[in-house]
Amino acid sequence: MSWFLFIILAVFTLGGGLGVVVTRNVVHAALFLLVSLVAVAGLYLILFAEFLALVQVLIYGGAIIIVLIFAIMLTRTAEYPYISDNRQWPLAAVAAAAVGVVLGAAFLDNNHLQTAPNSPAFADLANSLFTTWAIPFEVASLVLLVALIGAIIIARAGEDNS
Amino acid sequence: MPVAVPFLAVTILEVVWMVVALLAMFTGLSVVVLSLTWLERKALGRLQQRLGPTRTGLFGLMQPVADAVKLILKEDIIPNSSDRAIFWAAPVIVVLSAFMIWVTIPAAEGLVLRNLELGLFYITAFAVVGILGLVLAGWGSANKYGVLGGLRSAAQLISYEIPIIMVVVAVGMMAQSLDLRVIVASQEQIPYAVLLPLGLVVFFIAGLAEVGRTPFDIYHAESEVVGGPFVEYSGAHWSVFFLAEYINTFAIAALVTLLFLGGWSWPWGSAALSWLPSLPDIAWLGPLLHLVWFLFKVYAVILVVFWIRGTFPRLRIDQLMAFAWKVMVPLSFFAIVITAVYLFYDWPAWTLTLMSLTGLVVVGYIVYRKMMEPARRIAEVKARQAAQAAQRQASRQTG
Repeated sequence: MSWFLFIILAVFTLGGGLGVVVTRNVVHAALFLLVSLVAVAGLYLILFAEFLALVQVLIYGGAIIIVLIFAIMLTRTAEYPYISDNRQWPLAAVAAAAVGVVLGAAFLDNNHLQTAPNSPAFADLANSLFTTWAIPFEVASLVLLVALIGAIIIARAGEDNS
Repeated sequence: MPVAVPFLAVTILEVVWMVVALLAMFTGLSVVVLSLTWLERKALGRLQQRLGPTRTGLFGLMQPVADAVKLILKEDIIPNSSDRAIFWAAPVIVVLSAFMIWVTIPAAEGLVLRNLELGLFYITAFAVVGILGLVLAGWGSANKYGVLGGLRSAAQLISYEIPIIMVVVAVGMMAQSLDLRVIVASQEQIPYAVLLPLGLVVFFIAGLAEVGRTPFDIYHAESEVVGGPFVEYSGAHWSVFFLAEYINTFAIAALVTLLFLGGWSWPWGSAALSWLPSLPDIAWLGPLLHLVWFLFKVYAVILVVFWIRGTFPRLRIDQLMAFAWKVMVPLSFFAIVITAVYLFYDWPAWTLTLMSLTGLVVVGYIVYRKMMEPARRIAEVKARQAAQAAQRQASRQTG
């Protein structure tokens, strides 16, 4: 049962990912990305990570895709809706190959198949997140804050020049 | 081999049972939507000194059926220039997320499709996905009013999602759980509406914005964007959006009831009913009474929603966004802070009520001042003009 679900979800994840890079319409690419991300949420469910699955749906399936489409709608899509390649593709190919090598090596070099699935209680998760892992958690929010301020500065800089 | 995957049914019997339960939920919600359309027409009619529907059946009770038949028989037009796949997918996304939410909303102690430990979080997560459908509907119909409406809905719904989630966090802190049944059980004695009135007000207002009811219906405002994302939809496609909107309204009312009005628990707990002659000991009687009481509360909240629709004018988009970011978000953070202080120092319950009422009154007064400012300016200018005119007249008389 678990294997069956995994195969279905993996097909959706990879198919969605493939769709993102193959389709020539930006909005369609965003929709394929949604399929892929929701399928990943399903994969988390199989791994007994309910909380992570819901966070995936809330943040990636909801907020990020909406903001993405919002940004696409605000840009002048009529001028370049069908661009799917540019001059940076050799660089992107190198980066993708490097990530592939790292992931492949990581997959071959571990024994995750033997670890027993375990579904932590929500309260335990919260306790460990705000005691043991409090500093990394706060650093992650700091990164978001820096990104926010950076976005404002970039937007304001454009305003001054014009 | 049965695997205990958390959300997913496992054995064949359970799968069949889930399908039956889902169908029952779908039917129940459809009946609720029909009743809501009738109720809205009647309530709005009465508020505007009309009778509302009277011709179809007793008290116009068959009006929703007539509407449904008309909508289904209507020609379903798909614009040539629309993006066909997205035009089709958008209503499906909207209605799926509306139904997904109801999987974990309990209508009585045992009357829930699948109770989740993270129920409240699940609801907020899937409510966000519905926004996507509206944005896509606007984009896919290749209509500038549709796109404008889609942009408006994205901006509005994401903004109002933040106060909702923050207030939900405060409620989760009070109940020490995100399980809706535990939250209701912890309000057995005092509903959270008494302890945290601030939370109730913020959640209700943000909930209205989230389902796009009047005063916050600017993303499908007929006079500005001619229906917004729905402008190109007709017939069955349009009615799917309509269905989702009413289901979402009902869900917000049900959540207000569950989170703040004590769900299916009676006022002052079940002990208050001890004077009644003891009920015959039938297993289904208790849940039935709970269900009736729950539905009574939900419909009362719904009537307030309709009342607001009949009373308030529509906001402007800049007012709407300013209200979200300058009033609702700070207030919801304030709700979390006072709840945390109250829980950490273990203060008596009335302090929380006092703190949240203080916050409400202060912010309410500031908003009132802001709203009254144009009127005050006009009065100032008029007074100055009157003084000048009087002065002019006086100088003319002397000169």
